[in-house]
Amino acid sequence: FPLRRKRVLLLRGKNTEAMLDSFKERVGEVLLPGDVFSFESPGSESNIQDKVICGPGLRRNGDEILVCKSGILRHKEPNLYWIDSQQKRYVPAKGECVIGIVTAKSGDVFKVDVGGSEQASLSYLAFEGATKRNRPNVQVGDLVYSQFIIANKDMEPELVCIDSSGRANGMGVFGTGGLLFKVSLGLVRKLLVPQSEIVKDLEKIFPFEMVVGMNGRIWVKARSTQQTLIVANILESCENMTAQQRRTLFKKVAQNAS
Amino acid sequence: MASDGTAKLSKNLLRMKFMQRGLDAEVKKQLEEEEKRIISDEHWYLDLPELKAKENFIIEERSFVPCEELIYGRMSFGGFNPEVEKLMAAMKSRSTTEEDEEADKMEADVSDEEMARRYETLVGSIKRKFTKKRDRSTMPEDRTKNISEPRAKKTFLKPQD
Repeated sequence: FPLRRKRVLLLRGKNTEAMLDSFKERVGEVLLPGDVFSFESPGSESNIQDKVICGPGLRRNGDEILVCKSGILRHKEPNLYWIDSQQKRYVPAKGECVIGIVTAKSGDVFKVDVGGSEQASLSYLAFEGATKRNRPNVQVGDLVYSQFIIANKDMEPELVCIDSSGRANGMGVFGTGGLLFKVSLGLVRKLLVPQSEIVKDLEKIFPFEMVVGMNGRIWVKARSTQQTLIVANILESCENMTAQQRRTLFKKVAQNAS
Repeated sequence: MASDGTAKLSKNLLRMKFMQRGLDAEVKKQLEEEEKRIISDEHWYLDLPELKAKENFIIEERSFVPCEELIYGRMSFGGFNPEVEKLMAAMKSRSTTEEDEEADKMEADVSDEEMARRYETLVGSIKRKFTKKRDRSTMPEDRTKNISEPRAKKTFLKPQD
């Protein structure tokens, strides 16, 4: 009997490997909602390296991984997989930084519109240097750059404007002047990747400031209204442009600006 | 009522602590049993099959940030907002040195030389703490001399007309 048991475990281990292989060979392919990766869980012999992390677009159902968004399967070492999809609707996720608009002050929390299905709450104590006596100066209509500390499908999302050590680190109320507009979530991600080409091209034109929220909202401010509008228009048009088209556009803008 | 001897004390009364002494064994047993029944009646449990806690080897991650290593969303270019630019530089250096830091996290963050230098001054000041005021003047002056020299530089200089 002990012999037989061992063989089963071995087989399970092999299944996991087969599963990971099937994942790997589909990286870069288009997947549709409803596609299933199923694999048996390994026995007690599994170690941490065998753990699979399924990112956005994939979800766990028992021992299976279901695809729930259409897009391209991406992979990052060691075992991180996600679906690269285009969408405009923001779904709050824990840890993401977003631009919110304060819509109401009620008691000790602010209600903040983040573009999700529900308004998020933001405690007045979750600002740098705020105490019960010393309330932060936040008015209805203000823009706040803040981070999700609670975000799941069953609960009201909650925001904070401080990090774990109590520092603001650029979060909090911002945006006197400037312009706020919405773009797709895909473009936001393109802007936020390290060494983003769009950002590299943009910073050469003229000095400006930009706040990018993971919820698709972008706020820009430059020396004059015209310059602010130029940056905003460029960013909006980057949505549907190839790298080649973008380069010619930037060249044109740079000539006009100088 | 009490004279005919048939009057019974209530159960709740009998259960009280000061009544326990005078009770006979049978009544005691009966009361105990009743109590047990009440407790077991009030004890609720879930009528569910036992949940098997399995170790999950699939972890869900809802955010793109760790997947694509997205950077912080506040940016400033060309010196437009120096505060944000300082922040950007700090974030950038943090992300690049994160790997290096992990490697030499185990190494001391105060070098041996600095440690020795700190202790050197500490020995003197602690020693002075334990000497009486009168003895301080007789203490070896080598260290205080060293300190007094730069102090002399700080004196007010009369502006020359």
